[in-house]
Amino acid sequence: MHEPSAQYKKRLLRIKVNGRWREDAVADGCMLVDYLRDTAGLTGVKTGCDGGECGACTVLLDGLPVLACVTLAVRCEGRSVETIEGLAAQGRPSRLQQAFHEKLGAQCGYCTPGMVMASEALLRRNPTPTDDEIRAALAGNLCRCTGYVKIIESVKAVAGLAP
Amino acid sequence: MTAAFASSRPGVPLIDGIDKVLGRARYTADLDRAGALVGRILRSPIAHGEIVRIDTARARALDGVIAIVTGADCDKTYGVLPIAMNEYPMARDRVRYCGEPIAAVAAVDEETAQRALDLIDVEFRALPAYFISKDARAPDAVLLHANKPGNVEREVHHDFGDIEAGFAAADLVREHRVSCAEINHAQIEPHACLADFDPVTGRLTVQDVSQVVYYLHLMLARCLDMDESQIRVIKPFVGGGFGARVEVLNFEIVTALLARAAGGRVFMQLTREETFITHRARPQTDVVLKLGMKKDGRFTACACEVTQRGGAYAGYGVVTILYAGALLQGLYDIPAVKYDGYRVYANLPPCGAMRGHGGVNTRHAFETLVDRMARELGLDPFAVRRANLLHAPMQTMNGLMVQSYGLAECLDVVEQASGWKERIGRMPPGKGLGMSCSHYVSGSAKPIHFTGEPHAVIHLKLDHDGGVTALTGAADIGQGSSTMVAIAVAETLEVGIDRIRVISSDTAVTPKDNGAYSSRITFMVGNAAIDAAKNLKKILIAAAAKKLEAHPDEIDCAGGIFRVGRGGQAMLSFKEVVAAALVDEGAISVKGSFTCPVEFQGGKHRGGAVGSTMGFSYGAQVVETSVDEATGMVTIDKVWVALDCGHAINPLAVKGQIEGQVWMGMGQALCEETRYLDGLPAHASFLDYKMPTIVESPHIEAFIVESNDPNGPFGAKEASEGALAGFPPAMVNAIVNAIGVELDEIPATPDRVLEAIVQHQRKVKLAQKKARS
Ligand code: FES
Ligand code: FES
Repeated sequence: MHEPSAQYKKRLLRIKVNGRWREDAVADGCMLVDYLRDTAGLTGVKTGCDGGECGACTVLLDGLPVLACVTLAVRCEGRSVETIEGLAAQGRPSRLQQAFHEKLGAQCGYCTPGMVMASEALLRRNPTPTDDEIRAALAGNLCRCTGYVKIIESVKAVAGLAP
Repeated sequence: MTAAFASSRPGVPLIDGIDKVLGRARYTADLDRAGALVGRILRSPIAHGEIVRIDTARARALDGVIAIVTGADCDKTYGVLPIAMNEYPMARDRVRYCGEPIAAVAAVDEETAQRALDLIDVEFRALPAYFISKDARAPDAVLLHANKPGNVEREVHHDFGDIEAGFAAADLVREHRVSCAEINHAQIEPHACLADFDPVTGRLTVQDVSQVVYYLHLMLARCLDMDESQIRVIKPFVGGGFGARVEVLNFEIVTALLARAAGGRVFMQLTREETFITHRARPQTDVVLKLGMKKDGRFTACACEVTQRGGAYAGYGVVTILYAGALLQGLYDIPAVKYDGYRVYANLPPCGAMRGHGGVNTRHAFETLVDRMARELGLDPFAVRRANLLHAPMQTMNGLMVQSYGLAECLDVVEQASGWKERIGRMPPGKGLGMSCSHYVSGSAKPIHFTGEPHAVIHLKLDHDGGVTALTGAADIGQGSSTMVAIAVAETLEVGIDRIRVISSDTAVTPKDNGAYSSRITFMVGNAAIDAAKNLKKILIAAAAKKLEAHPDEIDCAGGIFRVGRGGQAMLSFKEVVAAALVDEGAISVKGSFTCPVEFQGGKHRGGAVGSTMGFSYGAQVVETSVDEATGMVTIDKVWVALDCGHAINPLAVKGQIEGQVWMGMGQALCEETRYLDGLPAHASFLDYKMPTIVESPHIEAFIVESNDPNGPFGAKEASEGALAGFPPAMVNAIVNAIGVELDEIPATPDRVLEAIVQHQRKVKLAQKKARS
């Protein structure tokens, strides 16, 4: 029967995902997005393009936004990754998530995990961003539904509030 | 009919919104696919040719390949229009565009599937290929489809009113030619499908990104030659549609064929490039439009010729070319309208329906010509539109029924909000204001697959828990239709929305629904939901009456409390009434339905059903732009838009829809276009297909106008499409206002704007020279 491909060597990856350490055997060529979705089961992380073009896969790596679809999983050895699933506490949405919900920052919701994570990173380093600062921080995240109007409103709704 | 100014009710967040923001909403690619094989499609490398030979032997021999299917495995055509099913899921003897599916593989993993595709040998005999309408229509062109001479899929010639008399009565007659590039829906979720075939029971389950679950069910049965009862189609969360998934797509059938061949479960996710190639979006369109106008701005006649480059297969083509003509009417009062439409085949991915289906490019030609003529006559653009308003209720020459019409109010709102009167003519250099109007249908009054059944059906289930479950086939693809259903049921039953649960689009559970297209759901499914809730309420009132020993007519029901007479002493809570009703009935199921009466189903002329609807939405908008004459760069500074949606069932969602549609119109106007190099897609990524990012996107100020349609659910009409078509002309009108240069092509990319500036300067110089000599 078919044997697993020997094309990529596997190694043990030690990584903190949403606050918990895990260890998994990961192929050298495996992208962070596939590791998070397929191995860690975090399907909140989305893919919308063939690599680096849409921002749907945005997660936080040591607190900074990265595109998980162009980041090798093995490059995250010993580091901390946060996904949309990690923002909620005891199943309750964070203020930012709640704002995206109430202000309709999410229509189809497909860009939302990436949008929320990129916004989260912005708010952590700049709790009171201007419209233009929000635009600059979300410049790599495409949304096809909202025209971005309510996305900006959602981020502004929590600007200045403690997380 | 007078319209309320703007809705002040806030509306409610989407009932499934929390799942989306928490990241727990499961889209097709997120479903449990334990044990699933990976499906991949082999696509044609050439744009037009005969398939001489396909040899899959080497691929079959590869370790890890479980199933291979080719065109030979399905000899049934599919397509959305019963009159034009001319496409096979995989090409059989001929390929007609680059990227057309030829074969497919199911293998144990992605890498193996990809290697197997490389091992399939295909030999072609190339044929001449045509990438622009003119070439495809050349007298000696090879026919893409033998039964369509001249490569014209459909020709439409409609003539309403006395066109010659109309032009003769005009003080000014002008004609112009406009070209609009092909664009794509570019929904962020790539296409995906998960198909399970059980060889023991012979049953097929498909979970998929479709907007038209019932059509998919139908086409799977047809192409797999299965009894419909053996198929189940489920729509999980869907990441946007905009028309991309409004007809059955080849990969959906191919995935099912693979699952059957493999005797198991196959998951297929298309790449972004393949998602672009699957296409079905707005065609490249040439419009020649001629208009007659009186000195006071009244229209006297309109003649319009439209050529759409439809791609290689029929798809929705016939409907698109009919819409382009039908929607010339229903917005303004025009005494005579002549329309000639040509839908042309070309060796490119098939076009289809996209938000604003059919009407956008003709509206663009119309609204920009109106402004050119208004300038010549020294008229204000608002005044011209006001001179041509309709008076509802009325019927247009092509049989469209206008029952409510809030366009006048829309004009007032955006004129005021934008400060038009104070600012027009006083803008600083390089800055301009432009305006435009538009409209759209609330569902097509005659269904595509005419079966005689109601146009929408909803089931409601009420059981011991006191919860009401609404079962609807209407596909929520992010537009919020399930929330609309919940509100319609809750408001009719006068209970809180928390009591309502909505289950949508699972053909084993939910009643048949034609799907999310033509903005039909709010109007049709909303009315069906109200009908169902009324039927349920009757049962509850009867139970309450029995318990309270009163006549049902005496029962007053408000806020979920049932009493005898208003303010009566004896009362029952909703749960008590449910308990009483269950004693007689057991678990309760009721149904509600809606059908557009036949008088709304369009004119008697051929193609008259297209464009017919029970309610048109109306929109007006003002766009403010800056144009950099050195670089040709156009920036959109702000948009003010008002949409008459009859009544906003959920104002929050309506505003979101208005912003989204206007922004999508902006993408088409400003920067989006698909490009092909000898038929090879050169745009098939988000880097090459340039949709506006948040940086280029302005603030859009959206206003809701409520004209209270007499037939709409609570007076509502559609709210997702009517304002889209207004953006491109409003922007082009604003560019003229800013720099005095007319644009004949969209998108207004810097190269096009610069070219227009150069042409304009040349014309000015020539005129000066003439004047001197
Ligand atoms: S999936 Fe599009 S940028 Fe990562
Ligand atoms: S909400 Fe649909 S893509 Fe952003």
